[in-house]
Formats: sequence, structure tokens, C-alpha cells
Amino acid sequence: MSTPISRRSQRLQGGLAIFGSAAILTLLACSLAAQTGAKPDATASRASFLQVYRVLTSPRCQNCHPAGNAPLQGDDSHVHLQNVTRGADGHGVTAMRCDTCHQAANLPGAHLPPGSPKWSLPSQGLKMVFAGRSPGELCRQIKDPKQNGGRSLEKLLDHVANDDLVGWGWNPGDGRTLPPLSRTDTVEQMRMWINGGAACPE
Amino acid sequence: MTNFFVNGKAVQVDADPSTPLLWVLRESLGLTGTKFGCGMALCGACTVHLEGKAIRSCVAPVSRVEGKHVTTIEGLSADLTHPLQKAWIELDVPQCGYCQSGQIMSAAVLLAEIPRPTDKDIDEAMSGNICRCGTYPRIRQAIHRAADLNDGRRAR
Repeated sequence: MSTPISRRSQRLQGGLAIFGSAAILTLLACSLAAQTGAKPDATASRASFLQVYRVLTSPRCQNCHPAGNAPLQGDDSHVHLQNVTRGADGHGVTAMRCDTCHQAANLPGAHLPPGSPKWSLPSQGLKMVFAGRSPGELCRQIKDPKQNGGRSLEKLLDHVANDDLVGWGWNPGDGRTLPPLSRTDTVEQMRMWINGGAACPE
Repeated sequence: MTNFFVNGKAVQVDADPSTPLLWVLRESLGLTGTKFGCGMALCGACTVHLEGKAIRSCVAPVSRVEGKHVTTIEGLSADLTHPLQKAWIELDVPQCGYCQSGQIMSAAVLLAEIPRPTDKDIDEAMSGNICRCGTYPRIRQAIHRAADLNDGRRAR
């Protein structure tokens, strides 16, 4: 018998299958263009950015790129408990620095502080907000050197591919969900976005 | 073996490197002024100083303090003359008292960095230290009093 829950589940699975197929088609189209030396394809580039956008606005990424002056927590991206604030350097203030509680590595067990040697928010002067940005807004923001820490597109790609703190997003410790794409796939989509001319959605 | 300094004295402890500093302080070194509250860095009762910065000793592995200086509530002053201790006594801040060593250690870092803190500075520095008795108004008052007692100088 088909219950309301199982019907919803079937619809969800159907939706995911369509979405997955679209992503595969985008991948195929882009790699074909790269092999044949075709000119940059803005449509494919935008499609790739939308994949990257899903990662950037997942909790593991956007929780440390908040719009306000407090980090966010959890899969619902609620404001960090304990009234934690950004501070000028992005490492908190006085007796409430990030490393007051966060260590150089994740602590084992759910609900224990995650960690990395560079654990922090972006600084007050360069907030690099992800939370609440539309795809078009975030796309234009992350490729603007004035808003991305002076990075070229290649440096931006290198940042996503190799930065330790960015990499924490895919190694978030116990009890935290992963971004929707693996790091390898995210870098690949970002490469395709750049190769296609780093086109932005409206 | 982990070698570090506690309240100015060199110590050597034989503990697994992942052992929380709080366990080492209380059980290996007998410094029981620092309290266990939640064990998850949620309440602030276990706050001590590492190289002058506040840390939650319940989640800091002892390996983090190798070769470094740790200050506990016992090391704030030898004779209760730290301005925070004087202000806390003067205003009779504690109720049950369990969280107070953590409160004072956080306040000490605040006053070391901001000798004349505003209410906003106090809120931002102290909001990770929970008090189940709700002594927050007296804590805030005592921090202002300690700043006065120290005449606006940096308090260590």
C-alpha cells in the first residue's frame, strides 16, 4: 500500500534522479566542449556555478560565512550559542576567542566543538558573506577581487581545492552532514564554471 | 610525558596526550578550584588561561599546553589581592559558587585586554560562562568595580 510518506519519498527520489541526470548532462557537455576546444559555453558555466552554489550555501560552508557578526551552527544554520562574535580579525573577542573552545582538530563525539588550526570567521573588514546570497549575488561576489581577498579565478579555485579550513567542510567530524558534492566534484564544477567564462546566473 | 607550567611552576605529567587538561589539573595536580561543568565547552566552568588567553580546559587536550604557561584560579593571586578577587568579595557575587572560578578567569582576560570595559564588552566576553543561580547582574557590577579598583590599568 502506498502511504503519503512513501509517495512523498517516491516523488523526492524522482526529483533527485532528474536533478542528478541534469548534473551528469552538464558534466558531459562541459568535458566535450573542453575536448573539442569549443568556445566558452556560458550556459554550461552558469549550470556549473549552480552546483558550486549548492556547496557554498550548505551549512558546512555558510555557517562560517554569516551575514551578521556571529557564526552559525547546525544544519538549520542557527546563530552560534554563547553569543559568540566575529571580532576584528574574525577570531572572536577577549575571553571568547574561537580557540577558547575550538581545538586544532575535531573532538570525537556529537555536539563537541569541531576544530582546525585556522578555525575562524572571515575578518570584519572582509566578511565574504555566503548566507542569504542569491546565486547571482554570490557568483559576482566570489569572483570580485575586492570581495574575495584579492584572488584571481585560479587562486579562488586553488583556495577551494587546497585550503585546510575549506577542506574541513568535507571532514566536519561526528554528527555533521556533508556538503551535497564531494570536494573533488566541487573543484571540477568550479573548473568548468571558470573554463566556461565564469558566467553568473541573473 | 607532558611538560608545562602551572601558575608559574614547572610540572611534568604522565598522561595520554588526549587527556583533557581539566583532568590533569584536578586529578594529577590537585588543583580543584577549576570545575567540571558540562565537559563539552558549553558552560565555561572549567575556564583557565593558556598563555594569558581563556580556554575551556575540559575540551583542551593536555598536548595543547606542552611547554606553555597555564594559569588557574589558584594562580590569579597568592593573597586574594587581584582586583577581581577583591571586587567579588566586596560585592558578595557568588551564590552557589560553582561557576565562579570560570567567571573570574574569563573576566581576568577581559580586564587584561580592556581595562575599562563597557557593558557590551562584558556581555561579549562573559556570555560563554553560564551561571545557574543567575548572578549575572552582580558579575557585571563586580567587573566594573574591579576596573575601578585597578584604576583603569590592565589587570593580569
